[in-house]
Amino acid sequence: MELVRGAEQTLSQKLPKWIVVTLVTLLAFFLAVGPASSAHADEVGSEYDFTISGNVKNEGEPIAGVRIVVDGNGYSAEVQTGDDGKWKVGVPERASYNVFLDQNTLPEGIAVLEGGDTQQVEIGPGGSVVKNFFIGEGERQTTSVVDQLISRLIYGLNFGLMLALAAIGLSLVYGTTGLSNFAHAEMVTFGAIVAMVFGVILEWPIWIAIILAVAASAGLGWVQDAGLWAPLRRRGLGLVQLMIVSIGLSLAVRYVFQFIVGGGTMQLPGSSAAKIPLFGAVALSTIDLASMAISLVVIVAFALWLIFSRIGKATRAISDNASLAAASGIDVDRVIRIVWILASMLAGLSGILWAYFRPGIKWDMGEKILLLMFAAVVLGGLGTAFGALLGALIVGILVETSAMVIPSDLKYVGALSLLIIILVVRPQGLLGRKERIG
Amino acid sequence: MDWGSILSNTAQQLLSPATMAFALAALGLAIHFGFAGLLNMGIAGFMAVGAYGYAISILTFGFPWWAAALVGIFASVILAIIMGIPTLRLRGDYLAIVTIAGAEILRLLFLTTANQEITGSADGLFGYHASFRAANPFPEGTYGFGPWTYNEVEFWVLILGLILLGLAVLFVWRLINSPWGRVIKGIREDEDAVRALGKNVFSYKMQALIIGGVIAAIGGIVYALPSAVNPNVYVTSLTFFVWTALLLGGAATVFGPLLGAIIFWVLQAFLSNVLPALVSSGIMPFVTATQAATLRYVLVGVGLVLLVVFRPQGILGDKRELTFVK
Amino acid sequence: MSSSSQKLQSVEKTTGLHVGEIEPGVKKVDPIITIDKVHRQFGGLTAVDVDHLEIPRGVITALIGPNGAGKTTLFNLLTGFDKPDTGEWTFDGDNIAGVPAYKLAQKGQVRTFQLTKALGLLTVLENMKLGAKHQTGERFLSSLFPFIWKKQDDEIAEKAMGLLKKFKLDAKKDDFAASLSGGQRKLLEMARALMSDPELVMLDEPMAGVNPALTQSLLDHILDLKKEGMTVLFVEHDMHMVSHIADWVVVLAEGRVVAEGPPDVVMKNPAVIDAYLGSHQDVDLGAVTGRIPKVSE
Repeated sequence: MELVRGAEQTLSQKLPKWIVVTLVTLLAFFLAVGPASSAHADEVGSEYDFTISGNVKNEGEPIAGVRIVVDGNGYSAEVQTGDDGKWKVGVPERASYNVFLDQNTLPEGIAVLEGGDTQQVEIGPGGSVVKNFFIGEGERQTTSVVDQLISRLIYGLNFGLMLALAAIGLSLVYGTTGLSNFAHAEMVTFGAIVAMVFGVILEWPIWIAIILAVAASAGLGWVQDAGLWAPLRRRGLGLVQLMIVSIGLSLAVRYVFQFIVGGGTMQLPGSSAAKIPLFGAVALSTIDLASMAISLVVIVAFALWLIFSRIGKATRAISDNASLAAASGIDVDRVIRIVWILASMLAGLSGILWAYFRPGIKWDMGEKILLLMFAAVVLGGLGTAFGALLGALIVGILVETSAMVIPSDLKYVGALSLLIIILVVRPQGLLGRKERIG
Repeated sequence: MDWGSILSNTAQQLLSPATMAFALAALGLAIHFGFAGLLNMGIAGFMAVGAYGYAISILTFGFPWWAAALVGIFASVILAIIMGIPTLRLRGDYLAIVTIAGAEILRLLFLTTANQEITGSADGLFGYHASFRAANPFPEGTYGFGPWTYNEVEFWVLILGLILLGLAVLFVWRLINSPWGRVIKGIREDEDAVRALGKNVFSYKMQALIIGGVIAAIGGIVYALPSAVNPNVYVTSLTFFVWTALLLGGAATVFGPLLGAIIFWVLQAFLSNVLPALVSSGIMPFVTATQAATLRYVLVGVGLVLLVVFRPQGILGDKRELTFVK
Repeated sequence: MSSSSQKLQSVEKTTGLHVGEIEPGVKKVDPIITIDKVHRQFGGLTAVDVDHLEIPRGVITALIGPNGAGKTTLFNLLTGFDKPDTGEWTFDGDNIAGVPAYKLAQKGQVRTFQLTKALGLLTVLENMKLGAKHQTGERFLSSLFPFIWKKQDDEIAEKAMGLLKKFKLDAKKDDFAASLSGGQRKLLEMARALMSDPELVMLDEPMAGVNPALTQSLLDHILDLKKEGMTVLFVEHDMHMVSHIADWVVVLAEGRVVAEGPPDVVMKNPAVIDAYLGSHQDVDLGAVTGRIPKVSE
């Protein structure tokens, strides 16, 4: 409070009123011009190699100005049909995407008659695919706002659970060692890549590949702590230095991944499984359901371990007060080693589920959600595992539902803004405790 | 292996707009982190704001180039204020996370198709060079020698960039060796002590954020001057590269950022020429040319780790002066 | 306690500071600080709960009490480093509750810290120069043009050297403060605090961690402050020292003032003896501080 006052005083002392007004106006102008306006082009993304296109016609007559949204694999774009009814969207990867036709932009009485307003497509071998909706006179079966909301909530839950697996590990590493680990994202990618190596390249059964990937992640966690972090801690490196080390590590590992798998996207087997309509607008594939179930089971098991097992309690004790924990006889180094192994395993599993959710495996797939992981951890409370879970669920749901009101390529902005707001308003997060001053 | 062209290409990078832009960004970051101890992990955002402010002013509002540059600078001041007011009282690593998130939000806003008309979204902005070229004082012709040969437009960019860089270095040097610099260095080490001596710590940190941000934005403008503004440039990796250059040269020195930026870019240029050449001449048969290119970045990451563990003060720094080292 | 074996020179005390009966919260003839109904709680723990307290001007007041009594918290509140839940206090008649720390320092109130904050990465002379007030060179625009601030900076350097000589640190002026010993850093912090010509000097455990040989020197410096007309308020544990130089003593326990008065009077106060020595070992300290209502005995 004192500082806001101080800031106000500083600003009002240093800047005359008209400058402040100008600043605010310019800022408002720029922000307002943003999301409020929509794209007018009938072709976007021309710099990408792959295309999805279509033609909106009613009984042979082209309809102009119909809004089409393409999204998938973290990419999203909007077009409007031109006067010839045609539209074209360039997409960055050869993968599957969702195409949504906004029936509110169709003329009165005209609706999508078959398949619903959101349909899935996959880029064909030629690098493109055409998607035409069957349009005609009829009742619009628009997904009601409530249905849409519910379906987004479920997707958000799915995403949130997967994010939680990664966030919990990140939070515990922070809690026990004080390290903000920027390389955590690469542990996520690692799990997906190893699963791909076993499941796709060597063509072993996917379940075995997943188990091996998780095991390999455990090994990675062990190697990281034993080979890098523990020696650096012993060397007495400060927390800022360690953070910068994690940044360098993330850079190096990420580009090693690119070295190995190249710049393209690969898929795990079964990632394009058909979505089964369940209720309302909710359509989930068996993979989605399995993913949610796995996440839930693992999280519950982990929670039980954290609460009831000796090492779990030791972990929480160290997160709370490391020197006190050490003084009461807990082998802090051993517990930290175990935390690193578990965090890495959870991250690896998260990566595999993320590979099914996007869907797709890419060398920098972890990096894309690193900030969301931080948002989840900070929101819940740095250092607490349950906070990370809660934060991840909120972030996941927020990301998916915010796409209903803001352009979908901005859907991460909501979560990132929440991250900033939380750090400013309540830095200890939802479940953390405020540190005593002085 | 054509060593001649490899070395010549590398040498040319020494005086390229990219190198100068990088040096300016590193200098701005030096004020933030090296001198004031602010963990700004969003320096790419300041560069973006400078570049986009410049390009948008010309393309959407029709400003002449020098007014557009002022707009870019002005925009970075606003960004610094917006970022600073809520966050300058946060602990170090919290500030790092907030600045990274802030820069990413900015990049997403520049990238979204909703803003396509103004920002060009994924295509970026280009074709804004007319008034800058019209202001070129150098007549048509070739300037320079050897690998540093330029036409009149490139030369204009080079001279302007060098002047800006020189002014920035002089500016920072004066600032740091003044009582203002003394207060900042005190804040870097222990805010409370400085507060107890009657200095308005928040105000000083804000000033440091603004000054460093402006210098970084000028870097963004210099980068955009001869080429284009592309949102894929201003990613967090760019921030990390600037950090690497800064730490390499010496975070808490005036010439360190310069030295670090030059070495970093020259090394990058060298590797980007040498590695594919090694592949095509058969010396590194087990990798492809594209793979060789990614090796560069792996080396940057490894270099950063080694640097911060074994020589955090960089080339020119004094270890006794560092606050982030225990 | 080796300090008791030292022969401490006798000190003339100032008397007649209070108005009326000596008891917690007694009014002072010339208070520099008055504190009213200040309450600060951390979670379930009440750190400070002072009804009324006045600090006399121009003399040396000691703030004592067992560990956890709230002395440092009260210090932090008075100097703007913490915010109370409720309460007001004035400095020289100005209401200063909630005023940020740096403004209080500009008003003439300066403090040192329990864990010395000599800025190790700056030289001794730079540390000293930082302490001076109203430096034009510290303003951003002026700082770019040395000709504006050079003269003042030189004058500040001269003043700094004078103080450093007094504190016998002048030979070390260009050394990094980190290279000084613990005791020298304490002296540096005190010297630096004097650069701003303060009215009130608040010392948080000035003797902590100082080797006994340095104690006399430190005591003399504190007495000098009083000689030059400054008011001193310090927190201390060393009772010998307190009774030696303090003109007035305030005793805190569990956040409340349990006693105040001239040192010899306070030392004999049974409530104070209880608070420190716990002679009624089976009785809760709360019986002394009033937290537990007295049952008739």
